Amino acid sequence: MTSPASTDSVPPQLSAGPRPAPGPAADEGLARRLRALACTAPLHDLDVRKANLAGEYTVYGMAEVALAAIDLVTLNMDFDTGADHDQIVARLIPRIAAQAPRRPVAEHERVARWVLENLINVGSVDRGFRAVYGTFAPDGSYVRRDYDFKLIEEVPGYGGSVYLRTTDEAVNVLVGALDTDVTSAQIAAEVKLEVLISRGRLADAQLAAEQARYRTVQYSETLRKALDATRRNVRAVDWLQAVPDMIAEALDHVADRYRHENAILTNIRKARDESEDPEQKRRAAELVDIVKDCIRRHTQLQSRLLEAGPLFRAEQDRQAFATPMTTSGIDLYGHLVGPVLPLPVEQALRVTDAFFAHGTGLRTPVAVRVGDLVDLLLTPPLEREHLGAEMPEPDLIATPDDSRFSEEQLASAMELLDLPADAPRRLSGLLAEARRRDPELPYLVALLAVHAASPPVGTAYRQGEEKLLFAVDDGTELDDPEFGGADLIVGTALLDAAGMAAGRTEAA
Amino acid sequence: MTEHVEWSEPEAVAAPANAPVTPADAADAARLVAFGLQPKLQPARDQEYAELLRRYREDPPFARLADAVAAGLGLVVLEVSPRAGMAVTAAEDSVFAVRMGDYARRASADSGDRFLHGLAHLAVAAMAFPRPEDLADDGYIGRVSVNGVDAFVRQACRRLEERAEEQGENTDPATDAPGLEAAWRIWARRSSTGATKDARRLAGSTTGIVGKAVAFLTDSGFLQRTGDDGGGTYRTTARYQLQVRDMAGSAAMAELLELGIVPVTDGTATLLPAEDTDDLELAAGAGLPFHS
Repeated sequence: MTSPASTDSVPPQLSAGPRPAPGPAADEGLARRLRALACTAPLHDLDVRKANLAGEYTVYGMAEVALAAIDLVTLNMDFDTGADHDQIVARLIPRIAAQAPRRPVAEHERVARWVLENLINVGSVDRGFRAVYGTFAPDGSYVRRDYDFKLIEEVPGYGGSVYLRTTDEAVNVLVGALDTDVTSAQIAAEVKLEVLISRGRLADAQLAAEQARYRTVQYSETLRKALDATRRNVRAVDWLQAVPDMIAEALDHVADRYRHENAILTNIRKARDESEDPEQKRRAAELVDIVKDCIRRHTQLQSRLLEAGPLFRAEQDRQAFATPMTTSGIDLYGHLVGPVLPLPVEQALRVTDAFFAHGTGLRTPVAVRVGDLVDLLLTPPLEREHLGAEMPEPDLIATPDDSRFSEEQLASAMELLDLPADAPRRLSGLLAEARRRDPELPYLVALLAVHAASPPVGTAYRQGEEKLLFAVDDGTELDDPEFGGADLIVGTALLDAAGMAAGRTEAA
Repeated sequence: MTEHVEWSEPEAVAAPANAPVTPADAADAARLVAFGLQPKLQPARDQEYAELLRRYREDPPFARLADAVAAGLGLVVLEVSPRAGMAVTAAEDSVFAVRMGDYARRASADSGDRFLHGLAHLAVAAMAFPRPEDLADDGYIGRVSVNGVDAFVRQACRRLEERAEEQGENTDPATDAPGLEAAWRIWARRSSTGATKDARRLAGSTTGIVGKAVAFLTDSGFLQRTGDDGGGTYRTTARYQLQVRDMAGSAAMAELLELGIVPVTDGTATLLPAEDTDDLELAAGAGLPFHS
């Protein structure tokens, strides 16, 4: 009943049977439930319609893929933009591939795109869904109504790109009855999480943590909308009560959650480290990631909240404190846009038509002469230059190679210094060997050895190097015809690359 | 509707009385109107255009002649000045008028699309001149972006939706009476953008519709493109301000009045601002409310 084309079919069970009008209040609840039911219909619909696809697609669980897609989009929704279309498809493919491992990857991708496009409902002009349901009006008459909704919507991003966002309806389908106060729902979820962790039930804890993250995303979404409105029009937003209250509330919320989630993080880390069971350990590690993501989102939200004040003041300066002009004529928003929007389309159309007819200016009508027309029709189409203008060949001047040492010398020195980890050498020996190869080489070797006296440990750690050259002074004097100073011990230290990688993610 | 005020100098040349109109004068007057028909042409860039504009100012019989030529062609003269040039626009039913059916083919068949296109133009104007002062101030240059216009209409729609929800109304429209559906729902329902195969803007989306409107207005010499941010940014020209202030705004207003929507206090055009829109003093008193 929510397929894009059919809008007039009414499910028989909703209209069949004699039913006394129970009054608008009871009907209101029924309407709400009918709407909630309608939101799930596109998902069922996918599994029904997969049989109509060209090819054998019944092996795929389309509703499962669709729910996974909604999950992915929700989690990838950032503050400014949404989730990237291709990225969502790429992340869906592993799940689809698991459903039918022997099918080609191209088919998996096709399924992913089909599901995503159907969730957007690309075929319809509104790119949304419509469900029809009936209610009793207060006067007892039966009215059929259209309920329009979207699950995933496309929003414009930077540079004309298109991003995906899940709608409130989709989040409701996903997490279930979310028609409650966001804050209280979040507190409930986190109390639950804490209890679950303290009792060691990590499987349930993960579920609760994920729910908490959905709510976090939803919360920042609500705030984003309000801040956007503020940026556009100071007058459109209640800056005396509503917005300051909301900002204060949100800051409290962030502070509260931040404290809370850090506490949880400590708890889970403890659970992770103390747990013997590898499955338990893995779960706990995943939980750490989820909670970290929550904290990251809170930080982002907080920085936005702090920007709201200066933004408001700047907008107020611009909009309210400018020199008052003699206000004459029309307030386009207050007098036209505002009153037109609530009108029925039939009436609103008259106003917008009048504005269009008088507001578009003029077009000089095209008058064609037959002679020109013949020329025009016989002219071959202009070849489009796909590659653009030819690039001029850049005039390059060869810079003289003024390096002290050549590449070969460096390679030779590095080979000399490529010492086994268990056999460090004296600098004097290295210099003597280098001198036998090339009279210039000792200078390079000495330079590298001196550098190794202060090895770049931090860089090696960050880049995950496996070994590191080092040099130590043990007090022995260097006996060499060209160099003086300490006879350094030069050696190679092996580093624990895997351990460092783990350490890095931990610290991040 | 013509304005000579800006140009009037103390020693304005008195036109020779009773000088007969020659065919050359008529040709010059017609040429001036022809310049006016090229809205993107700037007087400062064309010496002949500037010369004719000066003659219009200094030579009242010539000015009357040019006005008559314009009127005969079905044009309305909005202003003749160095900044706007010979600002003319199409009178109703003139051959120069833009018709919705030519503008967007879908719009003639579908009243929803027709409304969206009209509202897009209204919203662009409202966004370009957000306050009445902006429309009245000749020096004001408005700036709009495609995504900004869409977001601004959506915001207005959302407020209406919230208000309806507060009142506990069931705002879902009745199935068999599409004409009675509240106008804001049409915009809110339409997706704001969409992916297309060739990376162009989806024509049926609201940003596509606004994009079409600003591109058309740019062709009319009403807007100038300034950048690519936010789906394309534009600034207004003097002509657009004149067009909106003197033609479109009042025409739409008259239509609204006919529907009995806006109450008129007396014979003059002092219309009451719509509810909830004029809370400037609220913003001024708000100070730094959230740092307490």
